Amino acid sequence: MQHGKYRFIVGFLALPLGLYALFVVWPFIQSIYYSFTDWTGLSPEFKMVGFDNYTRMIHDDIFWKSLEHSLLFALVLPLVTISLALFFAFMINVGGRRRRGGPAISGVRGSSFYKIVYFFPQVLSIAIVALLFAFAYNPDSGAINSILRGIGLGSVQPLWLGDPSLALWCVMAVLVWSTVGFFVVLFSAGMASIPTELYESALLDGAGRAATFFRITLPLLWDTVQSGWVYMGILALGAESFAVVQIMTTGPGGPDYSTTVLVLYVYQKAFRDGQAAYATTIGVALLVVTLAFAAIVMRLGRRERLEF
Amino acid sequence: MGSTSNNSAEGVGRRDLIKRSAALGLVAAPGMGLLSACASSGGGGQKKDKAGKKTAKNPLGVNDTAKMEFVLFDGGFGQEYAQDAVKIYQKDFPKATVKFSATQKIQSTLQPRFNQGNPPDLIDNSGAEQMDMGVLVGKNQLTDLTPLLDAPSYDDPGKKVRDTLRPGIVEMGQFDGNPVWIMYYAYTVYGVWYSQKALDSLDAEYPKTWDEMLAVCEKAKKKGMAGWTYAGKYPYYLPFSLYPMIGKVGGREVLDAIDNLEPNAWKHPAVKACFEAYYELYKKGYVLKGTPGLDHIQSQTAWAKGEALFIPNGSWVENESANVIPKDFNLAVSAPSGIDASDKLPFGTIWASGGEPFIVPAKAANPEGGMEQLRIMLSEASSKNFTAKVKSLTAYNGGTTGITLTPGLKSGVAALQLAGSNVVNPRLQDWYVQLQKEKIGVAGLGEMMAGRLTPAEAVKKIQGFADEAAKDTTIKHYKHQ
Repeated sequence: MQHGKYRFIVGFLALPLGLYALFVVWPFIQSIYYSFTDWTGLSPEFKMVGFDNYTRMIHDDIFWKSLEHSLLFALVLPLVTISLALFFAFMINVGGRRRRGGPAISGVRGSSFYKIVYFFPQVLSIAIVALLFAFAYNPDSGAINSILRGIGLGSVQPLWLGDPSLALWCVMAVLVWSTVGFFVVLFSAGMASIPTELYESALLDGAGRAATFFRITLPLLWDTVQSGWVYMGILALGAESFAVVQIMTTGPGGPDYSTTVLVLYVYQKAFRDGQAAYATTIGVALLVVTLAFAAIVMRLGRRERLEF
Repeated sequence: MGSTSNNSAEGVGRRDLIKRSAALGLVAAPGMGLLSACASSGGGGQKKDKAGKKTAKNPLGVNDTAKMEFVLFDGGFGQEYAQDAVKIYQKDFPKATVKFSATQKIQSTLQPRFNQGNPPDLIDNSGAEQMDMGVLVGKNQLTDLTPLLDAPSYDDPGKKVRDTLRPGIVEMGQFDGNPVWIMYYAYTVYGVWYSQKALDSLDAEYPKTWDEMLAVCEKAKKKGMAGWTYAGKYPYYLPFSLYPMIGKVGGREVLDAIDNLEPNAWKHPAVKACFEAYYELYKKGYVLKGTPGLDHIQSQTAWAKGEALFIPNGSWVENESANVIPKDFNLAVSAPSGIDASDKLPFGTIWASGGEPFIVPAKAANPEGGMEQLRIMLSEASSKNFTAKVKSLTAYNGGTTGITLTPGLKSGVAALQLAGSNVVNPRLQDWYVQLQKEKIGVAGLGEMMAGRLTPAEAVKKIQGFADEAAKDTTIKHYKHQ
């Protein structure tokens, strides 16, 4: 049976792998090549400059600041989003009180409604979400400060996006809001495939919600959680964090560089300052960070598989 | 979930294969490839069209059958004025085809075309996606516009185009030396914008010294109105009134030293005095609450609604905020207030300079056509058309007689008259974009006006930024001639 299996697989994969190499791998190689030049992006002329861009990057304070923020994004966002999503998914699918005549295992009342509501932000483009929240954060007439005034907290009127110590967290909150629904649905699907007998026997043994979650749901869902973690981390390092920072924050990237992230810095260097080569250098750094992130998550998350 | 096929004896299982390829795909997700998608692989360039014969009617020698392509920035001034000028070009050269397009995305549309060597013949390189002029000049990507300036003007064959322009326009288009790379078409008046009606209702006049300014703000505060607001998210609007104030207090040399990135330029006492004056607005609570979190539209709207009296801005504000400015607002602009009578320059010292930079790429196929289009736009009739349509002056000196000026425009013309020769033109914002916007603007002035830096700290921080920029070998440095 094993005979010719690899040839079979390669035959099927040749075309997609070819496309992948052409449109994904090749641009990466090109970027790395350009990071050794002084290409401006505005004219076709450039020359090799060796490691100049890399030396410059190491001495660039803003690069380090944006790296720090990107790492913070990659650590905090998956943690918060996935914890919240796990909690919601558990409550929707398993956490309900037992109702007379109903199935032994069910979600809280109205769970199918919640599922739709959580998924809602997923329908909106991230640009629209960012714009909406930029209005909500408006310290003068925005929804959040208006609510604070409305409930008698008129003296607490933070500047939100205008305050360097809050801005980054404000941006992160928006990303959590807009992505948590996706993971709720993903984890719900995962939970639905866990055999109900396991839950029923846990119930018979007198396990509460917390024990059920940590002893049964989480271990059996581990694979999904791990992929979700990597996926979320890459979102946080890449496109999504760029969109919210670019659209919402001061400057953008401010106030006082408090929200600059690596992708935004790449964009600014390439398309504002006419330093495409330096931008690709930062892009290479971003690639390294992303690869390292994925590798670490994959390794740390490795554990024994449970079978059922 | 879980896996049913994790049996290592089988070699690469179906699921493992899928999982591995998925992981590979995930890892490659960040959009770095985007950058090199516009890789510089072109370089061949397009062929130049043959120049036509120079005649009295066609002094630039435009090839009357050549195609001319014109890309306009579709911003606060709209695109009608340019379309009108294109119509004239077509009338003058009926055999030529003109391709006109307008976009807000100048850089993303045109950067690849520069890279491939087939840029359009005329570009309004403006807006948030403006291509870096320093780089374009440094990489020899622009055509010297001197032939245009030395050509006879469209209206009067006895007069060169150069002689019909407002003072300072030609110099602004130069970088070092004589070639003129950029033709600024609009003429922007920067300063303190306010409602004359609101000021009248306070029974006040526009303050000439800072003590008077504080007194007016106090009066406004008593009536429940803030003294100032500004684009808090883009604090690089503050210099529109702050820089000319520094020039007024300390003299032109102070601003020139700042532009030249001279050591300790920001430590001049005039700078500190002006920073302290602005900081006082914050400390006394004269700045509209929440201002550091507002963007330019939000702050302009709050100001138009009468929540704040003054706003630093440029003359585009009249067109940009036209839909929120009330009919009886009586928009006015004034040169910045000074500190007191010991200021070096008189009251009226104002910042005015060219806006809407037009360029003709060096690799354009029909550069004569691009320049001819500019010559048409710099005629009196086209200039009047622009002013009447978008409420802004042009580089053409004059062209306001016979049209009804809007209140803001009228006040701008009056302010220019009052200023006389005391017009300053700080260049940081076109020479060093990142330094001006991000560092001085957001990280320096923005932080100070939000109360997170004292004036002394702000001066120190900004001087640090300027020194860094002076030492940075990756950017081109310029000096006032």
